[in-house]
Amino acid sequence: MALIEETAGRDVYRISEATAGDYIELLKPRVMSLVVFTAIVGLVAAPGSVNPFIAIVAILCIAVGAGASGALNMWYDADIDAVMGRTAKRPVPSGRVRPQEALSFGLILSFLSVLTLGVLVNWLSAAILAFTIFFYVVVYTMWLKRSTPQNIVIGGAAGAFPPMLGWAAATGGIGIESVVLFSIIFLWTPPHFWALALFKCKDYGAAGVPMLPNVCGERTTRNQILLYSLVLAPVGVAPWMLGFASAGYGVFAAVMGAVFVWYAFGVYRMKDGDERMIPAKKLFGFSILYLFALFAAILVDVIVGDMLRLFSVGLA
Amino acid sequence: MKDEGVELTEKQRKARRSRSIAIALALGALVIVFYVVTFIKGGAIVNRPL
Repeated sequence: MALIEETAGRDVYRISEATAGDYIELLKPRVMSLVVFTAIVGLVAAPGSVNPFIAIVAILCIAVGAGASGALNMWYDADIDAVMGRTAKRPVPSGRVRPQEALSFGLILSFLSVLTLGVLVNWLSAAILAFTIFFYVVVYTMWLKRSTPQNIVIGGAAGAFPPMLGWAAATGGIGIESVVLFSIIFLWTPPHFWALALFKCKDYGAAGVPMLPNVCGERTTRNQILLYSLVLAPVGVAPWMLGFASAGYGVFAAVMGAVFVWYAFGVYRMKDGDERMIPAKKLFGFSILYLFALFAAILVDVIVGDMLRLFSVGLA
Repeated sequence: MKDEGVELTEKQRKARRSRSIAIALALGALVIVFYVVTFIKGGAIVNRPL
């Protein structure tokens, strides 16, 4: 990190006033918390046992890798972050951290997280982590985000990898179960972000980011939200149908999926030119709860299943 | 001889200190992690003949 900057041709120095907190903000802690949570679910749901310390190291590496891609995203997107109210106060656009510092920080953490995961856990999970960082930074941030309204459909894959990473860290392989967990997040991403884009349409428009509402219109966006929700709801139940979650999870996921579709239907029925966008805001809020609840249910399901198995072994 | 180094303001000094502490903690954690995992995984390094 360059801490003193010499202005060309003048004897003027700029000394960094960035605190550790500013660098932690570069890691996008909120996004990181969801990544950590879904990776833990993937790791715990995987068959077999893994040393608890190795498991903690794996989750730590995945968290740092996710944070690194967040820092690289903030480095590249500083120009559009500066014009959007939601992101204008981030460390780079606000001037607290220089772009070069954010870039170095992101690259060093990416390298360290992948290398540590490979050396201490296994190289398959390290390869998936490296691919996830590449996908988020290069494919989504540098390419898709500014060029197509389908940006978050394809880019959503980057956010869907963490449970697969957790699974690979525990087993050294990729099972159908981890692909299902991937699919849930992958299909959840479009309705979640398009609901946000509906009521933040002007922000994205001002920044020149081609989101679906400001390229194809609100009507198309509302149709697409409903379509994705109708596909997401049954996929949410798939862990039970494929036999790696209990019937209790299946019922819970079915109810949550039905509520999701209900909220999406509310967005579908929204009138053209609705300024308040209440249904879109409700769907956005519920979508966060939905994903958290489904993964929490899988986690509880696995833990309860293990306890019952231990109990029955004890009785025998 | 007069010191011609850069004089830091209080804010810059505090910011540098917080960054230094964070780097120290991160490096310390990394050392502990590698040390513990070496013992967990065992292998040639831990079990080599003395």
